[in-house]
Amino acid sequence: MTDNVITYSHADRPVFFTRDEIGWAPWLEPAAESELTAHQREGLIDEGRVKSPYFRLLARDPDILGARTRTDKDIFYNPDAGLPRAERELVAAATSRVNGCIFCASVHARFAATYSKRADDVQKLLDEGVDADLGARWNAVIGAAASLTKTPSSFGEAEIAELRAAGLDDLAISDAIHASAFFNWANRLMLSLGEPTAPTG
Amino acid sequence: MSNASPDIIDELVAIAPGSRLDAVRRKRNDARDNAQKSYLALFEPAFPGNVTAEERFAVAAFVAGLHDQPETAAHYRTEFAARTTRPGLLEAVDAEIRNGATSGPYGHYPAGPLSREDKAGPIFRTASEHSEILSPRLAAALEHVHFLVFRPRDASPKALQALLDAGWSTTDIVTLSQLVAFLSFQIRVVAGLRALSAEISAEASPRLAAAAN
Repeated sequence: MTDNVITYSHADRPVFFTRDEIGWAPWLEPAAESELTAHQREGLIDEGRVKSPYFRLLARDPDILGARTRTDKDIFYNPDAGLPRAERELVAAATSRVNGCIFCASVHARFAATYSKRADDVQKLLDEGVDADLGARWNAVIGAAASLTKTPSSFGEAEIAELRAAGLDDLAISDAIHASAFFNWANRLMLSLGEPTAPTG
Repeated sequence: MSNASPDIIDELVAIAPGSRLDAVRRKRNDARDNAQKSYLALFEPAFPGNVTAEERFAVAAFVAGLHDQPETAAHYRTEFAARTTRPGLLEAVDAEIRNGATSGPYGHYPAGPLSREDKAGPIFRTASEHSEILSPRLAAALEHVHFLVFRPRDASPKALQALLDAGWSTTDIVTLSQLVAFLSFQIRVVAGLRALSAEISAEASPRLAAAAN
């Protein structure tokens, strides 16, 4: 079989950062749901993900998908101390804002708004970018994500001093580093293997 | 088992067992274990498919070199050197790292309100004198990798078509994309934790000196 790319002519493709629920369409053929092997299903981890073209595309290499997903879940969902969930999501949104992943930013801006109850500030991050003034603590957290997201990274002493001044301990700083690093992983997959699509319904 | 291989992030950050950073990483033990399992899934795969070890490490040496994080770059260059069988390939990749050095992210948004944030930057092409040693397949991979490292927002189906045209299958492209994306994570964890480790040492030494008095 010759492999091909899939192209679309979405006139309504999202072209700005939003907290709306938008979709995503793959540029390469995902594994067919009816043909998923046991190994591929294992890589998906959550049974519900068989419905997702993104995860079925990644299921073509199941072992790295499974390890990716378990890394993701612990960085974002482990409730034991460290950076509060709202700010882990804020880091994910800020990282996605810097890299330019409209889809990833939409999902994690929604989570950040829900957990922090600061929807207006999250929206300001999306509208104005990572230089928006959102108060000392969020400025420090967003600044750390932005500097770590540069290639080469410019994250160092100054960013850590800001995080300490904002009250972050070792574990919270490590959580911020991991959340940003993880979205440098996720953004690159989401951005390069497909495109965002208009809100459904 | 993964227990048999030393934790690569601990090695690259130089985290000693029982240290403050060791304790921090073990508070997120699943993330620690699965960052290691991700590394093994990409570099010691049980099911390698069509992507060879030489290709995986050539790409990794290139990605790590572009990120200019010394410990990670040295690690992947050493691993690549140990595996490459094509004479001159190591030196060609070294030269491509120098040719490709820039800073990101840059690139273009889909036309619209974000176009004012578009940022121009180099479009990397491998040097013509390396075309034979790299082969079309690896040359196409390095060009894709450079785009994915520095200007992921420039993504398009055309970039994937170039890989398909150079002999990468859909599944190979998923593996290649995971390689670059994972390394973008791992290199930042190492850079971030090294910075945190340096700050902890700087903070701890005056205190230790005071305690010794």
